Amino acid sequence: MYAQMVKSEATAEDPQKLAAFQARIDAGEKIEPKDWMPEGYRKTLIRQIGQHAHSEIVGQLPEGNWITRAPTLERKAILLAKVQDEAGHGLYLYCAAETLGVSRDELTEMLLDGRMKYSSIFNYPTLTWADMGAVGWLVDGAAIMNQVPLQRTSYGPYSRAMIRICKEESFHQRQGYHIMMKMAQGTPAQKKMAQDALNRFWYPSLMMFGPSDKDSVHSAQSMKWKIKMNTNDELRQKFVDQTVPQAEFLGLTVPDDTLRWNDDKGGYDFAEPDWSEFFDVIQGNGPCNTERLAARNKAWDDGAWVREGLMAHAAKKRAAKLAAE
Amino acid sequence: MTDQSALFEYLLRLGDNTLVLGHRVSEWCGHAPVLEEDIALANTALDLIGQTQMWLGLAGEVEGSGRSADDLAMHRDVWDFRNLLLVEQPNGDFGQTLMRQCLFDAFHLELLTDLTRASDDRIAAIAAKALKEVTYHLDRSSETVIGLGDGTEESHRRMQTALDLLWPYVGEMFTPDAVDLAMHAAGIAPDLTALRTRFDTRIDAILTEATLTKPDSTYAQSGGKTGFRHSEHLGHMLTQMQWLQRAYPGATW
Repeated sequence: MYAQMVKSEATAEDPQKLAAFQARIDAGEKIEPKDWMPEGYRKTLIRQIGQHAHSEIVGQLPEGNWITRAPTLERKAILLAKVQDEAGHGLYLYCAAETLGVSRDELTEMLLDGRMKYSSIFNYPTLTWADMGAVGWLVDGAAIMNQVPLQRTSYGPYSRAMIRICKEESFHQRQGYHIMMKMAQGTPAQKKMAQDALNRFWYPSLMMFGPSDKDSVHSAQSMKWKIKMNTNDELRQKFVDQTVPQAEFLGLTVPDDTLRWNDDKGGYDFAEPDWSEFFDVIQGNGPCNTERLAARNKAWDDGAWVREGLMAHAAKKRAAKLAAE
Repeated sequence: MTDQSALFEYLLRLGDNTLVLGHRVSEWCGHAPVLEEDIALANTALDLIGQTQMWLGLAGEVEGSGRSADDLAMHRDVWDFRNLLLVEQPNGDFGQTLMRQCLFDAFHLELLTDLTRASDDRIAAIAAKALKEVTYHLDRSSETVIGLGDGTEESHRRMQTALDLLWPYVGEMFTPDAVDLAMHAAGIAPDLTALRTRFDTRIDAILTEATLTKPDSTYAQSGGKTGFRHSEHLGHMLTQMQWLQRAYPGATW
């Protein structure tokens, strides 16, 4: 899940309009950019889609960290393709957000100065090649849990972006798992790397769904608007239930002594992640927060002359074309 | 030099160019000036790595010692690399990266065009596939060089600096040696002198539109494609690129 703890905005508008809007959503209609929508719906979506887009962009960094060290040409090509897909996802999502009246540059500036967040998961370091497997398997796996239902979200452009993104994400997850299989069946050193990656990424992956939101007013409003489709706990449970057998198949151990199958609920009982660590990461104190934001700021600042140069050239060409007409 | 060993050397040149440049371009991943450029850079790197798999795969076949494309990429040291000095030069700023790309693309496009008519069908087939990708590479790199050359005062200055810095590496692409001559005689490689004329026509047009001045020097650094003397940069690149294979020999990834 690339959007965490998105606060929904209160809305104080004409009750009749609100009721009609809600009726459209309840009937399963898609809301399109030019339709009337409550201000709270619009703002919440900007925050949610923006955070998701930023996550895709910052998410390039932990994987980009291994592109130059990929062990084979094929692995390098796959990783490049994956990171390229992520940049593409960022692009669709910024476009979806732009239909709500905010520009990509405005959103970028809010990311760079810390006003907007990205997923906590990308503040963890990628230390070995097995982390490329773990990120695909666990991080993309967790993201898919949230994104598959969001294909049915009420906002048309967001829903359509999700449909495209989900196709690519499930491919990424399979690639990640394939790396894990190679490692788990490989040399003792490779197997150790794989277990180490699972140890480090398990709890941060569970944190991706955000803290329990069963009593959250924000979540209730977002679910009513169908911009959040499931509770965080539902998605986390689904993720654990899907992932534990996959870990067993790999011969790896999920780092949770309390993990047990519970027949009554038809799912696993598992340990909660350390939420104080989660809040630390959200506050900017994760292992890589400083580096990630510094890298994005540097790319933006170093690239200013390029953007200005290309804009100036385009303006000259427009002027020349006008003069010729 | 037998035809087979010249062919092997020649294929290493083709594959090492795309490998080393693909690697360099991939270093940009996540750090480009704008999202569209991140995508375009990754796409270019991806194409080049794909071409590497084909060229080095064929090189391994021709050599006949059972070495795969990965073996060739990951288990040779600097002196066995046969890429041009141009492609191993560091990325520098975005302008330097795109200038390097444009100079190489203009050469690469002309080279591949001729290689599609090579007497060896395997080479002609790879060239035909790569040519489609490289046509796009040159479109993009030349448009960017033009846009930045003819952009602001700062972007113009940076592009001229990049051109001045990289120009001494252009000559090596067109200076034939025994391998080039043997391959030309075998009906595989083009005559590099004729290729230079076509390259100059293309590059002159691009630089004129970019309002950039071609350096008044024909001096050419050499030693990349023969492997005699690479720059210091290549070794550092290999320490990263080959690290996992070297640190964990015999593992499958």
